[in-house]
Amino acid sequence: MPALRTLLASLLILAAGLATLAGATDGFRAFTAEAARRLEVSEHPRALPAASLETAGGQAIDLASLRGRWLLVEFIFTRCTTYCSVQGRDLARLQDRLARPIADGQVALLSISFDPAHDGPPELAAYLRHAGSHGAGWIAARPASAPDLETLLHAFGVTVIPDGIGGYVHNAAISVVDPRGRLVAIMDWDAPAVAEQYVLRRLPR
Amino acid sequence: MMASPHARPRLAVGLWLALALPPARHALEATMTLHMLVQIPLLALAGWWLAPCLPARARESLDAWNHRGISGLLLASLAAMVWMLPRAIDAALEEPWVAIAKFVGVPLLIGLPLALSWPRTGFVVRGVFLLEVVATAFRLSRLYLLAPARLCSNYLASDQQRLGQTLLGIGVATSLWIAWRLVWGRSGLEAARTGAESGGRAAQGDAAAPPAGARARLHGSGQGA
Repeated sequence: MPALRTLLASLLILAAGLATLAGATDGFRAFTAEAARRLEVSEHPRALPAASLETAGGQAIDLASLRGRWLLVEFIFTRCTTYCSVQGRDLARLQDRLARPIADGQVALLSISFDPAHDGPPELAAYLRHAGSHGAGWIAARPASAPDLETLLHAFGVTVIPDGIGGYVHNAAISVVDPRGRLVAIMDWDAPAVAEQYVLRRLPR
Repeated sequence: MMASPHARPRLAVGLWLALALPPARHALEATMTLHMLVQIPLLALAGWWLAPCLPARARESLDAWNHRGISGLLLASLAAMVWMLPRAIDAALEEPWVAIAKFVGVPLLIGLPLALSWPRTGFVVRGVFLLEVVATAFRLSRLYLLAPARLCSNYLASDQQRLGQTLLGIGVATSLWIAWRLVWGRSGLEAARTGAESGGRAAQGDAAAPPAGARARLHGSGQGA
């Protein structure tokens, strides 16, 4: 009798346990927070909230004012000396390869600093220069206020942590925002070609 | 073992409160290694220490569904799997309700069922369970050491490496301990048998039976043995 009851209890526990694990991993598809964020966004595009930015040119803009075109967004801090230089060069390459849709106003690149205390307009301008930007269609900006920074990090699902040696580490990626202002995809920061293809396939011909 | 049965639940509550207080919580959640290998195991220990709180009757009815501790070990294993997900670890830092689920779920779904089941478990099931613990330590260690990216957004890559190395150490140490017990560990059983021969009835039956004192307590409120 205890053996039968134990079998029954075990089957119930197994079913509940597997259901919990499936729920906790989106059906065994996302085992990390980063994978979950990407899956979430691709299945449920997220409308971006209002947030104010200050550009490298010192201009105040709202995130919503960039609607009407595809945005490729990356988060940066300009003091970064490691992968960020690669990230910057990758965006410069995207600027070249997407030159035509950028010129047509269909695509823009946006680098947002999560270190606004240090990254003022001069630092952001220097970042664009060092990365190799040639002006058109690539905006570098910092959140206008601390709440704007929080809003942006939360909306894009970016987690920033101190790296223990004075800088930061974050879940770097290229985020794609569609012309309606919705976050629709998050891609590996070191595979810009994927983001390029994603946008090119969706542009009207 | 050393503490009296009434001291255990007090220890459990004390440990749980100490872990839940902000200073300890922040200190133990500051690194991935402390979070996964110290905080969560200590929460489970608090749950283990809660076991003597259960009234004898509740314990007996649970035992009827927990033949040889199998359903309890299954419950603890599945609950432990949830807390091995990097995603769950991140969520426990970011979502208050996940943090609450950790502080409540780990003691009650891992520590407590282990305490209720382990003493009832036979040699073979214990062996399988321990080998699975070792295999899990090696598997996770490999995962953390070889992962090309950070698995937890809230922890550094160096932290992930340290966790991988520590898990490797735990896997090796546990295997050595099991091997040692298999080769030289018979002395425990033999001692028990000698004890039984010299008059004590406590060690009769399987070696995992509760000590005579606990048995007397279990039957004290019932119909009597």
